[in-house]
Amino acid sequence: MTILVKPQKPWASSPKQRLSSASVIAATLATTFLLVAATPLKGKLAYLAVFFLVFIVFDFLYHVRLYGVQSGKDAIARGFVASGIFLATLPILSILVTVFNRGRGGLHWGLFTHDMSINSVNDPIAQGGLLHALTGTVTLVSIALLISLPIGILTALYLTEIRGRFSGPIKFLVQAMSGVPSIVAGLFILAAIVYPVTKSYSGFMGSLALTILMIPTIARTAEEVLLLIPNELREAGVALGGTQWRTVAMVVVPAARSGLVTAVILGIARVAGETAPIVLLTGGGDRVNPNPFQGPMGSLPFYIWKCFSVGTPESITRAWAGIFVLLAIVLVLFVCARLLTERRNNK
Amino acid sequence: MSETATIQKAPPEKRELTTLPRFSDKVFRGVVTGGGLSSLVILGLIFAFLAYQGYSVLRSQGLHFITGSKWQIVQDAAGNVDYTQTKFGIAAMLIGTMLCSIIAVVIAVPISVLSALFLTFYAPPFVKRIMVAVVDLMAAFPSILFGLWGFFILMPSVEYWAKLIHKYFGFVPIFKLEAPVYTRSPFVAGVVLAVMIIPIITSISREIFSQTPLDRVQAAYALGATRWSMIRAVALPYGRSGIVGGAMLGLGRAMGETVAVYTVLNIIYQVNWHVLLGAGGNVASMILLKFGEAGPQEIKALMAAGLVLFLLTLLVNSLSDFVVKRTGAKGR
Repeated sequence: MTILVKPQKPWASSPKQRLSSASVIAATLATTFLLVAATPLKGKLAYLAVFFLVFIVFDFLYHVRLYGVQSGKDAIARGFVASGIFLATLPILSILVTVFNRGRGGLHWGLFTHDMSINSVNDPIAQGGLLHALTGTVTLVSIALLISLPIGILTALYLTEIRGRFSGPIKFLVQAMSGVPSIVAGLFILAAIVYPVTKSYSGFMGSLALTILMIPTIARTAEEVLLLIPNELREAGVALGGTQWRTVAMVVVPAARSGLVTAVILGIARVAGETAPIVLLTGGGDRVNPNPFQGPMGSLPFYIWKCFSVGTPESITRAWAGIFVLLAIVLVLFVCARLLTERRNNK
Repeated sequence: MSETATIQKAPPEKRELTTLPRFSDKVFRGVVTGGGLSSLVILGLIFAFLAYQGYSVLRSQGLHFITGSKWQIVQDAAGNVDYTQTKFGIAAMLIGTMLCSIIAVVIAVPISVLSALFLTFYAPPFVKRIMVAVVDLMAAFPSILFGLWGFFILMPSVEYWAKLIHKYFGFVPIFKLEAPVYTRSPFVAGVVLAVMIIPIITSISREIFSQTPLDRVQAAYALGATRWSMIRAVALPYGRSGIVGGAMLGLGRAMGETVAVYTVLNIIYQVNWHVLLGAGGNVASMILLKFGEAGPQEIKALMAAGLVLFLLTLLVNSLSDFVVKRTGAKGR
């Protein structure tokens, strides 16, 4: 005779328990509606707040009755923790929904083929576009990337490969640099280059300010990635007779390639929407300007900023359309970075 | 026999052994060290140039630049700036900066710590992965997006909350209100800034909580602790100073924020302690506002204001870095 052992899950809640916990929620809902209806409270805020408080009280009582006071306290803490994550994620949902709803109205294919050189922001939505802003943002960010990528990666290499005397201070300084307000970066370029040397606004000045904001992001992400490279690889490189330079260039950096790409993507996402230094430095033109060293250069943040400042219904719609495009870019970059990270972790 | 003598040869030369790096490595190390020191150079240059440009204003205004709250440029009949009468003082804006960012931190810290607790101790792995990505995504949103969202979506609700606060807590001095102007107040700016720094504080606290020693966690459970008693007895004491560090990092971000504050706040150059009143400002947004029509002397004053802001954020950031590092090293 064979005995079949049936797998059991003693921790799983029984139908009866599930029913009673459901009844707590049901009771809470009923009480909430009664309270809001009976008292002068009104609005979504009232529903949410009352539901939250009543649920905590009911859940507390339920757990105290079944399992004692400690369990009741645990239930209260659980309620607060749940409300915390709810409040933290509510804005992001609201932002995504808002941008989608309001930005949709201003989207049309002409956005990607026209600039604003012959249109004003108050023209009907179907006229004009943000070609100048898109090309401007791409130019600004690429130049900033060209400058900050080597510096950022060299900083990361110093922190992970050389580990010299200055490692501690440099780590600290990179951290401090990531906290530099963007407007200060803009003022710095004004004080150091625009006023004494060039005396005119241009895209390149904006790129330089973005560089300052980009370096710490790239350096920190790259450092994290390089730290994940197993030491055996470095030892193997040295054991084969490679100098440190050959080991780093031929073994360590190639092994960290996808991580470094992540660093680049995060750096781009960090600066793509940066507005304050752009407003100070680029001059914000309305036509496509391929020369970053001369003449005002438009960009997405500046376009949004300008449309928002004008404040007519048409320009606000344009601002939301601009935000839609900017957010789409940031989202795509972010998802790419995530996918790369996940793939690396799975390997 | 004589042949063997000819075969005998000189012993091989001693190979030179050295621990000194090769030439290529010397170059490599030099270049990397140079690149590594760039952050020092850049920060130093920022300080030097802002100080250089703002020096004349700082010199003529002295300590008054930080303590005074008048911003007036007096011109004589010929249209030249009269330096004896001109006053630059950023105290009003400094107070505004502190007010907005402290409101932000007060709102953001509880929410962030609770979310971090959820992500570390409550969430199932699947939910955790998604939520961590969502919170990180929010940290990558551009500030102008928060500004517009705050202006169009958040502000109406926050005004309503402000009215409620005024109605029920009006007796508290900072919630007093002489004129019923709730629009574009420091409180609204504080709420928007809170939304912006929640992801930062959350991710720092989450990292600290996830380093909680597993043996202590399991010891607490083995003694029969509920999840909450474990958190109270183990996780919170362990992560306390990490939370403080994260909050200060958030404070630094909130103080330097420009565009989001500029869009939602009604920037008026006056000292305003009433957080619900629709007037205020912060240093960064004031710079952006005044920059457009500033004359040469005023631009120097703005540079000096930028220097003060730079030093302030640097100070707060260093403190937070110090506090977080200490937690990581000592575990408490």
